[in-house]
Amino acid sequence: MSIWEYANPVKFMRTSGAVLPWVVAGAAVCTVTGLVWGFSTPDDYRQGSTVKIVFLHVPAAMMAINIWVMMLVTSLIWLIRRHHVSALAAKAAAPIGAVMTVIGLITGAVWGQPMWGTWWEWDPRLTSFLILLLFYIGYIALWSAVEDPDSAADLTGVLCLVGSVFALLSRYAVFFWNQGLHQGASLSVQSGERMSAVYRYPLYLTMLGFGLLFLSLLLVRTRTEIRRRRLAALQAREMRA
Amino acid sequence: MIALLKRDLRLAIRAGGGFGLGVAFFLILCALVPFGVGPDTSALQPIAAGILWLGALLACLLSLDRIFALDHEDGSLDLLATSPLPLEGAVAVKALAHWITTGLPLIVAAPLFGILLHLPTAAIPSLLTSLLLGTPALSMLGAFGAAVTVGLRRGGLLLSLLVLPLYIPTLIFGTEMIRRGQEGGATATPLLFLAGITAGVLALVPFAAAAALRVNLR
Amino acid sequence: MIELGKYAGAVLGAYGVSLALLGGLIWQTLAANARARRELEKQERHG
Repeated sequence: MSIWEYANPVKFMRTSGAVLPWVVAGAAVCTVTGLVWGFSTPDDYRQGSTVKIVFLHVPAAMMAINIWVMMLVTSLIWLIRRHHVSALAAKAAAPIGAVMTVIGLITGAVWGQPMWGTWWEWDPRLTSFLILLLFYIGYIALWSAVEDPDSAADLTGVLCLVGSVFALLSRYAVFFWNQGLHQGASLSVQSGERMSAVYRYPLYLTMLGFGLLFLSLLLVRTRTEIRRRRLAALQAREMRA
Repeated sequence: MIALLKRDLRLAIRAGGGFGLGVAFFLILCALVPFGVGPDTSALQPIAAGILWLGALLACLLSLDRIFALDHEDGSLDLLATSPLPLEGAVAVKALAHWITTGLPLIVAAPLFGILLHLPTAAIPSLLTSLLLGTPALSMLGAFGAAVTVGLRRGGLLLSLLVLPLYIPTLIFGTEMIRRGQEGGATATPLLFLAGITAGVLALVPFAAAAALRVNLR
Repeated sequence: MIELGKYAGAVLGAYGVSLALLGGLIWQTLAANARARRELEKQERHG
């Protein structure tokens, strides 16, 4: 019994079908509870009620980065071991990652407007997220532009590798370009000392919820891709017959 | 390899204005900017470095799809792939040819256009060094993007979408270097970063580009 | 109802836009999945 057995599409379809209801239920419970709990937290003495945005902003931003890392791992698995499910999972994950990045950017802008007095600040964190969004868009566009599915998987895999290096490089370059002039740490979890438990626990819950939400969306989308691939294969066989 | 380089250069010159077009585009861009922001020195001087680098970036982007497209159409790319020359080497040579036909003329013309944009003469050495160090990376990354999109029918727009984000670090350090040169500050740090990025790109990206080409030629 | 104070617009806007985006993504995912399943079933029955 090894993890590679799930690279078999049939096995993947069976297992993911069995697991899916539980993941969806967990995602729904954690996200909804976490958001409602977060929404009912008391106002922060400095940020007022805008502190509630954190329960969307931080999990979305966290997922935006994690999804790219997951795409990098699955692309590597595809390029090295040629497992189709892996490539399809990377394809399925990209739009979710892009939406998470957009949510992170928008909630950040809406929070920044009353707090920093501006919708957009060319701050390293915000800028590197914008760059991440560009990489997501390029990746998705390349997937949809290449017709042959295996070539598309190969090309996007290579793009994902190069893009990862450059996304990281851009992140450090951006820090060099414009030192952050604002409170960066107030948003991160590492500042747990400054973030009181009232906010921390619902935040953990929404982070878990977003993770499960991503997992359930990913499973469904990968199943969709497998079905589409099978449909294309059947149609091709019919054409030949 | 040298034969390939000579062939590419000859083709670029014969195709008419291989050298000139990028520079002409660069000139038009530099001439249009003052219409957009106003002719005042106070308005132009702070953005001159950025405009020059952006102009170089876009001029480079314009000619990227020609790196592989023509050879792909007439089949000489397949010959290259089956020749004893490693495809990585062929990609590097093609990027070099692209750099000689677009990057080098831009560098020669840049000081003139810098004067048009009221760039202080003190900044011209750093302008030249930054372009000299940065543009090879632009050509190499562009060759990667061209390799990825070579077989696609509407590759042009996708090419810029894929390649421009990869140019961000080079752009940042390039303009930062000119800005520091303009203020008479120490340019060593951005210079080292710029050189480091270019060296890394030249060493690693040919492999990615060759891999993408092999996929497209399959 | 929870008192949101002067930032009500910002908070509700952020939640509204984010939930709308997530909802759109979920809807698109489910719709695409349903369509792929339908077409596959049709093809398998047919062929």
